[in-house]
Amino acid sequence: MKKHTLSILVQNRPGVLARIAGLFARRGYNIESLAVGVTEDLELSRITIMVSVENELVLEQIVKQLNKLIEVLKVIELEDEHAVQRELMLIKVKADPATRGQIIEIVNLFRGRTVDVQIDSVTIEATGSPQKLSALLQMLHPFGVRELVQSGLVALGRGSKSLADRAKINRRGVL
Amino acid sequence: MTSEQSQQMLTGAQALIESLERVGVEVIFGIPGGAILPAYDPLYDSKIRHILCRHEQGAGHAAEGYANATGKVGVCMATSGPGATNLVTAIGNAYMDSVPLVAITGQVAGTAIGTDAFQEADIRGITFPITKHSYLITDVKDIPRAIQEAFVLAKSGRPGPVLVDIAKDALAASAVFEWENEVILPGYRPTIKPHLRQIREAANLIKSSQRPVLYVGGGVCKSNAYQQLGELVSLTGIPVVTTLMALGAIPSSHRLNYGMPGMHGTVAAVGALQKADLLIALGTRFDDRVTGLLETFAPGAKVIHADIDPAEISKKRNADVPIVGDLSHTLAALNQHFTSQDMPDISSWVNYLDNLRDSYRPDYAPCVDEMLSPEFVIKRIGELVGSDAYYVTGVGQHQMWSAHLLPHEKPGHFFTSGGAGTMGYCVPATMGAKVGRPDAAVWGIDGDGCFQMTNQELVTCALNQIPIKIAVINNQSLGMVRQWQSLFFNERYSNTDLYSTSVPDFTKLAEAMGAVGLRATTPSEVDEVIKQAMAINDRSVIMEFVVDADAMVWPMVAAGASNDDLMVALDSTPDWNGGAK
Repeated sequence: MKKHTLSILVQNRPGVLARIAGLFARRGYNIESLAVGVTEDLELSRITIMVSVENELVLEQIVKQLNKLIEVLKVIELEDEHAVQRELMLIKVKADPATRGQIIEIVNLFRGRTVDVQIDSVTIEATGSPQKLSALLQMLHPFGVRELVQSGLVALGRGSKSLADRAKINRRGVL
Repeated sequence: MTSEQSQQMLTGAQALIESLERVGVEVIFGIPGGAILPAYDPLYDSKIRHILCRHEQGAGHAAEGYANATGKVGVCMATSGPGATNLVTAIGNAYMDSVPLVAITGQVAGTAIGTDAFQEADIRGITFPITKHSYLITDVKDIPRAIQEAFVLAKSGRPGPVLVDIAKDALAASAVFEWENEVILPGYRPTIKPHLRQIREAANLIKSSQRPVLYVGGGVCKSNAYQQLGELVSLTGIPVVTTLMALGAIPSSHRLNYGMPGMHGTVAAVGALQKADLLIALGTRFDDRVTGLLETFAPGAKVIHADIDPAEISKKRNADVPIVGDLSHTLAALNQHFTSQDMPDISSWVNYLDNLRDSYRPDYAPCVDEMLSPEFVIKRIGELVGSDAYYVTGVGQHQMWSAHLLPHEKPGHFFTSGGAGTMGYCVPATMGAKVGRPDAAVWGIDGDGCFQMTNQELVTCALNQIPIKIAVINNQSLGMVRQWQSLFFNERYSNTDLYSTSVPDFTKLAEAMGAVGLRATTPSEVDEVIKQAMAINDRSVIMEFVVDADAMVWPMVAAGASNDDLMVALDSTPDWNGGAK
């Protein structure tokens, strides 16, 4: 199974996410991660979905099926080398006076931030590529991870063009 | 942008009916109820004909039958909750068979949505997977635009069902009626004109093929590309097979038409696909009922696949030349590449298929011991009623016999439930087709199982002067299921016997619902019953033909088996090489 990141520009309307999630569910596609938010244009939302697929044909079919949804304006695959990809992670780690310093040192190495400190724990905020966050997590595991939450992946293509440019949004009549 | 601002205040209900009139709706099939009730008030004064059905599923299939017979968008209307959920089967059927349908449902008031209110159902959520698009309208101002968009979406591109769910308080509220001159759907751009480079590649592939076959599906009918298809066939002399949804796209009697392929396909049609070196797939989707075991389907063939829906291309079988576009344009462009001289000689291929056709012609079992054979009945109906009539079927054995034995000489004259296989489609769809074609003979061929699912619409026919003909092929069982039990479950007939020679009494049932009931049980009665039915035009006629319960549909490819293992009768396979018996 290979992972692919799809960036989907949609009309910001109620039910769009349900349509897309339902499409993935009923056709048996696997969602690895999902992030949704409005864009620079409040009428548009952008959905970033990471999918794992067996082969390119399945990916092609997913893209075609997404394009059939009336509220979907553009679907592109963001390939790792041509895109900036970020996740946000909050991690609550066990800490005592002896280990707290080591934990904070690790967090600094990964350019994370300590957002809450208690006698027996610290909570860390970190952003980055999935690979970086996974490396951070590996370093923190020996101390004891009490709780962890992470956002879906968000991604932007490199270069000056926007997805809305590429969509060439047709604001004129279809018929 | 708004061209016409009459500043006229309308209620949502008035705006709905005004919008439906403006998009050209002539007929609505529906049933009122609480949430949709406001819409029925202005409808009372409208020029739109509303046909009050007896069940919402009937209204939905009737709208489909109407759409199929007229090429217009079929419209059905129901109230919230159970009214709406009763439409689901018809909506699903329209989705599978790409029927242009707009379903309008009432919804509980916007303030009550999400509270499990009386007769509340999230019909938009329920129908997400089976609609081309759907709307939930809670603001009165959105009604005209939603209706305009719904009709554009239902009809254009690959047609399909669109649901417009309108909250009751939006129907009751008032707003200035605004009608846009154009419909703006930024995410919707169906490709109509094909890419000419792809057309050229397709033409080259066709010219270099030895054993090409045109694999024609319902898309040709949706795009009304009959003339272009006929031209392609006469320019190239390429053999044709037509799927269930495309019967009549070229006449059954055409010398290059080898019939319907698939699970119950003719030997010649199945052979044409299996032995071809090139499939020219037109508006068809490689359904499992056509391909059998996909890995063994048409193993030696390259594929040209033309369809208006890009998602169908290479979905199941990789296309060597994909062509996205409306088939009338695609075929017209393709025809430009052919003159009668530039096709290679494919006469040995045509001879091969001719041999298969002559050796294994779909034929009917003779009647034995005065017991009617169902094939004989259907064949006689076709012969006596003729090819000008419109035919509608239910789903099952009678459907397959109708596919093989009716005279499919005219395009767009045969309507059936294909992808969804909806038992109960026949009676209401026949009614809808008759509404669309009031001057034509419209005949439903139904089974006794199917008929008992939706026959309540005969009452609708009686009260609305919609005289239809329904031939009930009564084999006293769920015949197709029974056939599978015969073949694959050691003749253990679990729950397939309907005992329908005793109950119901179809003749009395017909009379109780305002129709004429006729019955034939022996071969000599068949013609008489058909002729009697043909002579009655002021009422519906139900003809019961009591037939042999053991009759089976042949040929047959077992589910999941390869098309190469087609059986022409029990334990009998065709001789693919010789073609002769």
